[in-house]
Amino acid sequence: MNNKTPLSTQPLIEVKNLSFNRGERVIYDNISLNIRRGQITAIMGPSGTGKTTLLRLIGGQLVPDQGEVLLDAKDIAKMSRQELFSARARMGMLFQSGALFTDMSVYENVAFPIRAHTKLPENLIAELVALKLESVGLRGSEQLMPTELSGGMNRRVALARAIALDPDLIMYDEPFAGQDPIVKGVLTRLIRSLREALDLTTIIVSHDVAETLSIADYIYVVAEGKIQGEGTPEELQNNASPFVHQFLTGSAEGPVEYQFSHQAYLNNEVRP
Amino acid sequence: MNTIAWLGRLVIERIRGIGAAAHMLLQIIFSLPTKGGFGRFGYQMHRVGVMSLLIITVSGLFIGAVLGLQMYSILVTFGAESMLGTAISLTLLRELASVVAALLFAGRAGSALTAEIGSMKQSEQLASMEMIGVDPLKQIVSPRLWAGIVSLPMLTVIFAAIGIIGGKMVGVDFLGADEGSFWSGMQNTVRFGHDIINGTIIKSIVFALICTWVAVYQGYACDPTPEGIATAMTRTVVYSSLCVLGFDFVLTAVMFGGI
Repeated sequence: MNNKTPLSTQPLIEVKNLSFNRGERVIYDNISLNIRRGQITAIMGPSGTGKTTLLRLIGGQLVPDQGEVLLDAKDIAKMSRQELFSARARMGMLFQSGALFTDMSVYENVAFPIRAHTKLPENLIAELVALKLESVGLRGSEQLMPTELSGGMNRRVALARAIALDPDLIMYDEPFAGQDPIVKGVLTRLIRSLREALDLTTIIVSHDVAETLSIADYIYVVAEGKIQGEGTPEELQNNASPFVHQFLTGSAEGPVEYQFSHQAYLNNEVRP
Repeated sequence: MNTIAWLGRLVIERIRGIGAAAHMLLQIIFSLPTKGGFGRFGYQMHRVGVMSLLIITVSGLFIGAVLGLQMYSILVTFGAESMLGTAISLTLLRELASVVAALLFAGRAGSALTAEIGSMKQSEQLASMEMIGVDPLKQIVSPRLWAGIVSLPMLTVIFAAIGIIGGKMVGVDFLGADEGSFWSGMQNTVRFGHDIINGTIIKSIVFALICTWVAVYQGYACDPTPEGIATAMTRTVVYSSLCVLGFDFVLTAVMFGGI
């Protein structure tokens, strides 16, 4: 299963000339990018550049100030409630903290999207939940509560919930952040095998360079509201842009300042 | 100039907050019950209402006991201790039960609601629910709001009843006021529609709406950081207490001002 899915002509998600501000702060300044079907696209960038914001814009939780986000050539911001509801059934999202519902068991958590979008009988839901938990290697954990799970298990249950409805698109928000190397390896394998088994279009938002380079098909490096570089992992490693070079090698020397002068603080130029 | 701008921004932010809270309230009040909504409502009734019973009954007992003590020592100087039942029951039914129960409720249940919804927001549970396509207003906020609106009037009635028993225990059983005139005085003066429906039930429904509305809105709109949740909890208690006391004056003026 090493041959990659051929590039289809129509991307699943198209971001066109998107601008987004939070108060006075510019998060995105006229960026465009494409998420191709069946591929793993990674959005990389330093912390605080609004990578999660991009996922929320795609999920329709935020509305862009300018430009559009197209899902199958339909503008997400202009969808009716009903259209957005069914569009979200096609998207799964793994949040940075897992975001399991703490007052529900693992079973109820994974069953939640199924109950929300279908009217399946309970025995079928049980089958589906068992299947999804099996695919993340946690079958038998149905009756545990989220507080009884370790960090890695928590994220895998959240992943099972995100794929509960067999979505077309799955978005991972910092899947590797704060995980030990073993969990990182498990998650990397899971992301890859889910892509292959379900032909999932995948978006990964991350700043973990090694893991992301090893699984992504196409990478956008975002910083300061602009796309600083894009390409396949190989292309990116040969990218001449000093910013991309600094980001991938994790160097303190480069266009992104590591230490600020006192004048920069006084002039309010230091941004989180 | 900066001060004026700051003042203007403050006012606009407050008005926007009130508007957002009103919008949220209307969305919840005028929405149909969802699948499994009654089960969630029942669960919240248990957490918001039943779990508040202890603090409500104990404080009711003590407030009634203190009332009995004070009223007796004042009334006995006029030889009017036969009015003890009237005084205790009217004080409790018209004012104290609804106000004190609401203040206790804001501290016990309201702050807990704010903290719970706020930490759900912080741990991205509300956002993930929205991404699944379920409206957290209906799933999370609505059962809590309704549970508060229904349970506080019940708690208020319990508070008033226990308070009267506490006053009777101290005034009659310990200090020796006449039991017959205690109960008959109460029977003769308390009017069901005027004192119980107006003073206790309607007031407590208004206070229940205020307390729970403030609590769920503060939780829902809070800044999702530990500091933001703490601020929201403080605001819940402060705003609900002030609103309860302010509205109590207005309601009393409307209901009993004519006497």
